[in-house]
Amino acid sequence: MIELMEPKVRPEQQTDAPAKIEVRDLEFFYGKSQALKDVSLDVPAHAVTAIIGPSGCGKSTLLRTLNRIYEIYPDQHAEGEILIDGQDILDRRFPLSELRRRVGMVFQKPTPFATSIRNNVAFALSYYERLSKSEMSDRIEDALRQAALWDEVKDKLGASALSLSGGQQQRLCIARTLAVRPDVILLDEPTSALDPISTARIEELIHELRQRFTIVIVTHNMQQAARVSQRTAFFHLGELIEVGDTAQIFTNPRVQRTQDYITGRYG
Amino acid sequence: MTPTGAHTLTAFDEDLRELRELIAEMGERAEAAIHEAMRCLVERDVEAAARLVEADQDIDRLEALAEDRVVLLIALRAPMADDLRDALAALKITGVVERIADYAKNIARRVKRLPKKGSIEPLSLLPQMANMAAAMVHDVLDAFIERDAAKAKKVSESDDALDDFYDGIFRTLLTFMMENPQNIGPSTSLLFVAKNLERIGDHATNIAEMVYFAATGERLPDSAEREVP
Repeated sequence: MIELMEPKVRPEQQTDAPAKIEVRDLEFFYGKSQALKDVSLDVPAHAVTAIIGPSGCGKSTLLRTLNRIYEIYPDQHAEGEILIDGQDILDRRFPLSELRRRVGMVFQKPTPFATSIRNNVAFALSYYERLSKSEMSDRIEDALRQAALWDEVKDKLGASALSLSGGQQQRLCIARTLAVRPDVILLDEPTSALDPISTARIEELIHELRQRFTIVIVTHNMQQAARVSQRTAFFHLGELIEVGDTAQIFTNPRVQRTQDYITGRYG
Repeated sequence: MTPTGAHTLTAFDEDLRELRELIAEMGERAEAAIHEAMRCLVERDVEAAARLVEADQDIDRLEALAEDRVVLLIALRAPMADDLRDALAALKITGVVERIADYAKNIARRVKRLPKKGSIEPLSLLPQMANMAAAMVHDVLDAFIERDAAKAKKVSESDDALDDFYDGIFRTLLTFMMENPQNIGPSTSLLFVAKNLERIGDHATNIAEMVYFAATGERLPDSAEREVP
C-alpha cells in the first residue's frame, strides 16, 4: 500500500505567516453613506493579499483606510481598529508621518512628479531622512534596482520622469515608495493603465517584493489577483464576503456570491 | 453550490452549453454502442458487429473535437471556480467515454468468435448486465449535464451491484466450462464480454467522481477507499 502524501505546496504559495495587519470591526463613512460594514481581516506578512470585488464594493476604501489617506477629507471617517504590528493606526495619536513612511501606496495612474528621475526618488527620502550626498545616491540606486528600473534609467537619472513610458513611470512610483523603506505597500490597480508587457514586469516585481514587504493589491483583473496573490478577499457592497487562500478562492469558493463574481455571472 | 445565473458574457454560456452537448452526444453514442454490441452478440449479427467496430472512429473524432473545445475554452474564457472544474471534468470525461465505447467495440469484435448456431446458456444473462452498465453510463452523463452531484453519487454506488453480477456470471461460466471442455472457447469469449461490461461500470464510476468534484468542489466521500479491481 502506497502512503499518499499531501501535495507539496510551493513556499511562495504558503500564507501561514503571522498577520502584519489586523483589521477589526472596521466601518467607514463618506458623510452619512457607509462604505465599509464591520470588516475584520488579517493581512499576513511577506505575502500578497488581493482585494477583489465589483465597483463600489469598498475595496479602494479599505486601501485608503490602511494609510489614513482619507483624513484629508473632513467628512470621511473610520471606526474600528487597524493594527499594524499590534499598534492601532486609526488612533489619532499614531503619527501620520510615521504611518505614511511605513505604509507606501501606488496608484492606478502613474503619478511621477514633473522633475528628474533622480529627484522623484530623492523627494520622499529627503522628507524623512537626512542623508549625505553619497548616501542619497546609494539609496536612490537601491530603490531603482528594487523596482527593476535601474538598468533602464541609470544613464539618464537627470532626465524628466515624464519622458519615461507608462510602465517605467509606474515602476518609478514603486521605487519612490520603496525608497523610504516601508513595511507595507498598497497597490491600487497598479497596472490598469499599462500594456501587457509592462503589466507582466510589475507583476514580476510584486512577486519579488513580497519576500521583504507586506503587499495589499486592489485589482479588477481577476487573473492578476490569481497570478500575484497568496490570499484573496472578496468584497461586495461594503462587506467582506469571503477571504481565503487564493488557490481555494479561485478553484473552490465557499460562498455563492464569490463564485458568481469570479466566474463572471455577477449581476 | 449551484450557479445562480447566466454569465454576463453570453458567448461563454454558449461555449459551455456546446461542450456539454458534445459530451452528451458522445455518451449517447457509447450507450447505443453497448446495446448494439449486445444485440449483435445475442443474434450473432457478424456484419452489424463489423459496422459497429468501424463506427467507433466517429466517437474518437468527437473526443478530439471535445478536447479542442476545452482547450479553446480555457485559453479564451479563462474559466474560474465551478466553470474551471467543469471544463477539466469535461476534458477527462471525454477520454473516459471514448474508453467505454472501446469496450463496446471489443464486445462487437467477439461476435465472430462465437459459434453461429446453438445456444450458449450463460449468454442469456449478459444482456441484463449490459443494460445495467449502459444505464450507469446514461445516468452519469445526465448527472454531468445537469450538474447533479447526488445523481453521480448514486451511480457510483450502483457499481457494486454490477460487480456482483460479474462475479455471478464468472462462476456460471466456470461451471459451464467444467461441464464440457468444448465450452471453453465460447465461454472464454463471454467471460471477456462480461469483463468488458464490468470495466464499463468502473469507468462510469470514475466519471461519477469527476462529476461530483465538478459540481461540488469536493471529492466524492470514500471514493479513495474504493477497492481497486
